Amino acid sequence: MEAQEQKDMDSNSNIMCLLTDPEGTPLGPSMFLPHNAGPPQLQQLVNKLLNNEDKLPYSFYISDQELVLQLGEYLEKNKVSVEKVLKIVYQPQAIFRIRPVNRCSATIAGHTEAVLTVAFSPDGRQLASGSGDTTVRLWDLTTQTPMHTCTGHKNWVLCIAWSPDGKHLVSGSKSGEILSWDPQTGKQSGNPFIGHKKWITAISWEPVHLSSPCRRFATSSKDGDVRIWDISLRRCVIALTGHTLAVTCVKWGGDGMIYSGSQDCTIKVWETTQGKLVRELKGHGHWVNSLALSTEYVLRTGAFDHTGKQYSSPEEMKEVALERYNKMRGNAPERLVSGSDDFTMFLWEPAVSKHNKARLTGHQQLVNHVYFSPDGQWIASASFDKSVKLWNGTTGKFVAVFRGHVGPVYQISWSADSRLLLSGSKDSTLKVWDIQKQKLKQDLPGHEDEVFAVDWSPDGEKVASGGKDRVMKLWM
Amino acid sequence: MPQGDYIELHQKRNGYRLDHFERKRKREARQVHELSHKAQKSIGFKGKQFAKKRYAEKALMKKTINMHEESNKRRKTDDDVADGALPPYLLDRETTTRAKILSNTIKQKRKEKAGKWEVPLPKVRPVAEDEMFKVVRTGKRKTKQWKRMITKATFVGPGFTRKPPKYERFIRPSGLRFTKAHVTHPELKCTFNLEIIGIKKNPNGPMYTSLGVITKGTIIEVNVSELGLVTPAGKVVWGKYAQVTNNPENDGCINAVLLV
Repeated sequence: MEAQEQKDMDSNSNIMCLLTDPEGTPLGPSMFLPHNAGPPQLQQLVNKLLNNEDKLPYSFYISDQELVLQLGEYLEKNKVSVEKVLKIVYQPQAIFRIRPVNRCSATIAGHTEAVLTVAFSPDGRQLASGSGDTTVRLWDLTTQTPMHTCTGHKNWVLCIAWSPDGKHLVSGSKSGEILSWDPQTGKQSGNPFIGHKKWITAISWEPVHLSSPCRRFATSSKDGDVRIWDISLRRCVIALTGHTLAVTCVKWGGDGMIYSGSQDCTIKVWETTQGKLVRELKGHGHWVNSLALSTEYVLRTGAFDHTGKQYSSPEEMKEVALERYNKMRGNAPERLVSGSDDFTMFLWEPAVSKHNKARLTGHQQLVNHVYFSPDGQWIASASFDKSVKLWNGTTGKFVAVFRGHVGPVYQISWSADSRLLLSGSKDSTLKVWDIQKQKLKQDLPGHEDEVFAVDWSPDGEKVASGGKDRVMKLWM
Repeated sequence: MPQGDYIELHQKRNGYRLDHFERKRKREARQVHELSHKAQKSIGFKGKQFAKKRYAEKALMKKTINMHEESNKRRKTDDDVADGALPPYLLDRETTTRAKILSNTIKQKRKEKAGKWEVPLPKVRPVAEDEMFKVVRTGKRKTKQWKRMITKATFVGPGFTRKPPKYERFIRPSGLRFTKAHVTHPELKCTFNLEIIGIKKNPNGPMYTSLGVITKGTIIEVNVSELGLVTPAGKVVWGKYAQVTNNPENDGCINAVLLV
């Protein structure tokens, strides 16, 4: 009798589920799943259905909330109707895990003015920083000491960028000249690139899967121009003029387009062979401060991934980079998110339409920095309202807010596995946020003044930060 | 109706005199000579006054000429490296009285322990008791002399409740009570009107400290939360010490220097 009842209950406690990927394409037909199935069981199921050879980790979301319990418990808790088909979205997770940084491993003095920008090389083995004392410095990561001091700029070094193959480093200064450096020797290679009339606001390299070895890069300047330079011809190839005010941000997309955001409230999309204007994305009511691409992390790291493999030939590098890029992008178009002074952000799909996909509202102050997570699943935004907000990377829906900073948040950086987010603020601290738990993971005080620049190395070992107190700090 | 504009009215009706402009030109041409004559001949106080006025006029003229010359002079662009480097995302923003973050809370604590302060005003004039207090005579025959009225500025906390007036020994007149102070940040060189939190130390004695008497040289604690100072751990600094630099009882306001 009792056994019969038990059996009845078991047969009743099934629920019709439909597994879909983040874009909404269903994986197989909808199926009955028992109530006691939890994330581990679902993971097995997805791996089986996708015919994955080695088991990949997945996380599961029901209406944008992560599923952590068994299905039955979830249903009971959220009072979901059992009669409808339950849509479960699976998201692939990184197969490696980055340890959260929790201590300052080194404080290296060297710069004699505020550190304005820091950048790890794409393979995570080198570190460069630009400062207000007009020098670019290269740091030795193994001994945590200064390695090379590159002098040559005439004014503050505002931005630096590594080429995705790690062979070049370019830096732009406040007086508008751009210099290139050999990262191995720290020597200046060739003459300065001259053309911009005012300070440089951003530098972006051509992705390695489009051309290898890396040659071209785009710079944006306060004078309203975007220029494409060739590092081997050592001159400006194309000048993209059209913005009426200062260009604040430039990104070279994986499809071979250049996106530039400007203080004239527009984002322009340029084609790179002839420099034609392809699209103009309008919508913002104030300056556009920052742009981010869903594939940005892959474009930045090129062929280098978490395994630390090195490549000998440029062709091989190009191949691997292309493979990585295609895997990252999937079959969806590249997404672009823009943060603005009008306190909002827009999510665009520039390849598809000139209208925005979503408008992301919620910040109470200007949005200074936006950044897609390396897997493209999340968007993080740093704002002067002292908060960092997390948004869904595909739909643009609001997910969580991270509060804790007591000053404006200047910069953010993702860990390579998209599980952790780092933010640096005017309040002189860095904070590490846990994406899964949506909580503060680690508070990193130590800087004596505002933190201007943060970067998480692509191999996940270290975090570098620099600020107004003129020291470079390494965290691990 | 104004009576004095009959000339203008006449000119409007009948036009200028035929030689009006010639006379005007000649008068103006003569004026230089007249002025020079006056400058040479006037003596005494009048001469002094005249010279002063003329000097001021000439200085002003020179200034304007220089200004005009400046505008069409070719200059080298100012490419010297300025201090206070800013990242590109802050370059176009107006930096409103950026309060500098100073990690001095540790220092402040250490000093507090030692009880020693390196203050802008190291020495203060001692204030005698009979200057600080006025004796208030009470009783029907005004024979009792145990009440004292404080003649200096005071700070009375918001939670203060009076004792029954009969038993109140020290009277702190409400006209001399202060809740705000003008505090100067010595490095930013700007002044803020900040709320007083408490009296840290009156150099004249612990009794005055506990009474909340503010004289020149007193260390007061002010609410600096609106300056946006931050501790090394990333918390907002709330209270900070400042030293009073004026005589509040004479000036009617409190000026102080922030101790950093």
